Amino acid sequence: MPKRSKPSSAPIEREGSPWTGLWAVVTKEMADHMTSARMRILEILIVLTAAGSVYAAMQVLRETVGQDPFLFLKLFTTSRDPLPAFISFLVFLVPLISIALTFDSVNGEFNRRTLSRVLAQPIYRDALLMGKFLGAFFTLALVLTAIWLLIFGLGIVGLGLPPNTEEVARSLLFLVTTIFYGGIWLAVAMVFSIVFRQPATAALASISVWLFFTVFWGILASLFAQVISPVQIGTLTEIVRQTETQLALSRLSPNTLYAETMLALLQPTVRSTGLLLPFQLEGAVMGSPLPLRQSVLIIWPQFTGLIAVTILLFALSYVLFQRQEIRA
Amino acid sequence: MSEYVIETVNLTKKYDGFTAVNNLNLRVQQGEVFGLLGPNGAGKTTTILMLLGLTDPTSGKVTVLGMDPTRKTLSVKSKVGYIPDTVGFYDELTARENLIYIAKLNGLSGDSAYQRIDEVLARVGLLDVADQRVGTYSRGMRQRLGVADVLIKQPQLIIMDEPTQGLDPERAREFLHMIRSLKEEGITILLSSHLLHQVQIVCDRVGLFHRGRMVLEGTVSELAKKVLGRAYRVILNAEGSPSQILEALEKVPGQVGVRHLEGDRYEVEAEKDIRPEVARAVVQSGANLLGLEVEAQSLDEIYARYFEEVKHAQKE
Ligand SMILES: Nc1ncnc2c1ncn2[C@@H]1O[C@H](COP(=O)(O)OP(=O)(O)OP(=O)(O)O)[C@@H](O)[C@H]1O
Ligand SMILES: [Mg+2]
Repeated sequence: MPKRSKPSSAPIEREGSPWTGLWAVVTKEMADHMTSARMRILEILIVLTAAGSVYAAMQVLRETVGQDPFLFLKLFTTSRDPLPAFISFLVFLVPLISIALTFDSVNGEFNRRTLSRVLAQPIYRDALLMGKFLGAFFTLALVLTAIWLLIFGLGIVGLGLPPNTEEVARSLLFLVTTIFYGGIWLAVAMVFSIVFRQPATAALASISVWLFFTVFWGILASLFAQVISPVQIGTLTEIVRQTETQLALSRLSPNTLYAETMLALLQPTVRSTGLLLPFQLEGAVMGSPLPLRQSVLIIWPQFTGLIAVTILLFALSYVLFQRQEIRA
Repeated sequence: MSEYVIETVNLTKKYDGFTAVNNLNLRVQQGEVFGLLGPNGAGKTTTILMLLGLTDPTSGKVTVLGMDPTRKTLSVKSKVGYIPDTVGFYDELTARENLIYIAKLNGLSGDSAYQRIDEVLARVGLLDVADQRVGTYSRGMRQRLGVADVLIKQPQLIIMDEPTQGLDPERAREFLHMIRSLKEEGITILLSSHLLHQVQIVCDRVGLFHRGRMVLEGTVSELAKKVLGRAYRVILNAEGSPSQILEALEKVPGQVGVRHLEGDRYEVEAEKDIRPEVARAVVQSGANLLGLEVEAQSLDEIYARYFEEVKHAQKE
């Protein structure tokens, strides 16, 4: 083997690919998830929710068949008392499933004392962690795709007409966004599964983070906005600035990013995710739908934000895991 | 390439100021069974983790099968089997499914993997229960599954941390037997243990650990010589005048201690097996030699004596 001379500051050169064995881990993880009782319960839950809310939506929509060009998208967003719309359920079902998939991914191996045995095989820690993440991610994608197909099936049968191309495209993008939104919570729970030895603690911590962003972040964002950009005299500029600050702060929450993306995709009439002043609307026909390209442009920052947060969190769990002492 | 299967040079591991392993120089030869002994917290597990590249050394050098485990991680781990001190499996999967995962991680798949799995399961006597969930396994079965697990990769070296811990005497005996048979196949074995009589049975050489240092190293009889000053104890039964017999025994070259035990039993301690000399001396003294046997020193005694001395040294 030729000897390579590298500057001494370079990290230790490792042999082979860091992803050796990755697919073995991914397939094992997916098989585990698919057969676990935990996932069985969540699948039943989400199927019932989807069927229930879509059925309710359909009853409302039947009356308007033929008038709305985006009837299929309405299946996701229409609610009928007392049931909320399907998308409202997703905002907590997706984090719930994601957290359930990964909250015990590392500490579970630790407690079963399988971690050192697995890491004594010719793989790097990178492959194990990535494999666990991808295994959960693909499982989530599979479940959500199945639900998406179910809703489409229900829609075709119930409404009696096929979706048009734009509806398919928009709802596919919506599906992808939802999967990545789940990715964030997969990564959050994974970080906690490395930090805490007890899976119950990790689950609780993950749920607390979710609760924090769902319930408290909105309130905190408005409080902070009042401090950062106070309204002193009450001019329009001041009020606008405060609202913009609040909006910017609330976008630190993945829930906001997801909600905005979802709305722009499923409601083609949404023209902006931010504050709209009357003069900005000039020339636009109110209520006329935007073409798909425009909608995608609007939510592009949010969408990339969702992916970026997932990657950052995964990187964090990676660093934590690499430094962890493996002693079974 | 190093001639040793395992070689460490001044290997040191510190945990925030606490030195768990201190300047360790360990050498294990091809084909031998080496035992790491030492009280709790002596640094045995830490040493093992560094040999596998699962923990990075603070300083010093490790070579396993001629490679550095922190650089050639994959090559080392594909040739070294590791059985951790409490070996864990996925309880909800069957033994076979557990092994399939390990085979895949080792890059084996398809028919050759299934065949290998059947072979190793048969080897450890678990083929009949291979499709039972591991959750239903007893401690002894799990330990054997641990051996099957490392055999999948056809290792050149197997490292076992406290392998007979928690096994009943019969299972432990079987297990030691299995270790010997692995050695006969040419696999080098490093094991750590507290159970000294077992180590004595199975190990060719042992290293005694104390506070992160290897304080003694060698075959059991070498250690006996170092610690007790003697490695053999000759017990004899002889009829005759005790004083005469004792006098004759004291003249035997190579003896380091003579004692009259009780009745017609006498004890001679020596650095090597001196039965012929003892027999000759007794007969020449005019006594009747009724029986003669030699005992190797037990590791228990060596261990106890060594740590007694350490304690004394610390008190002073
Ligand atoms: N992650 C850690 N942080 C700090 N100290 C540690 C850590 N791991 C081990 N130690 C210390 O290092 C010492 C050696 O531990 P090690 O597990 O190697 O001992 P051992 O010889 O295997 O003991 P035992 O027979 O109980 O298994 C112990 O005193 C332990 O407290
Ligand atoms: Mg130990």
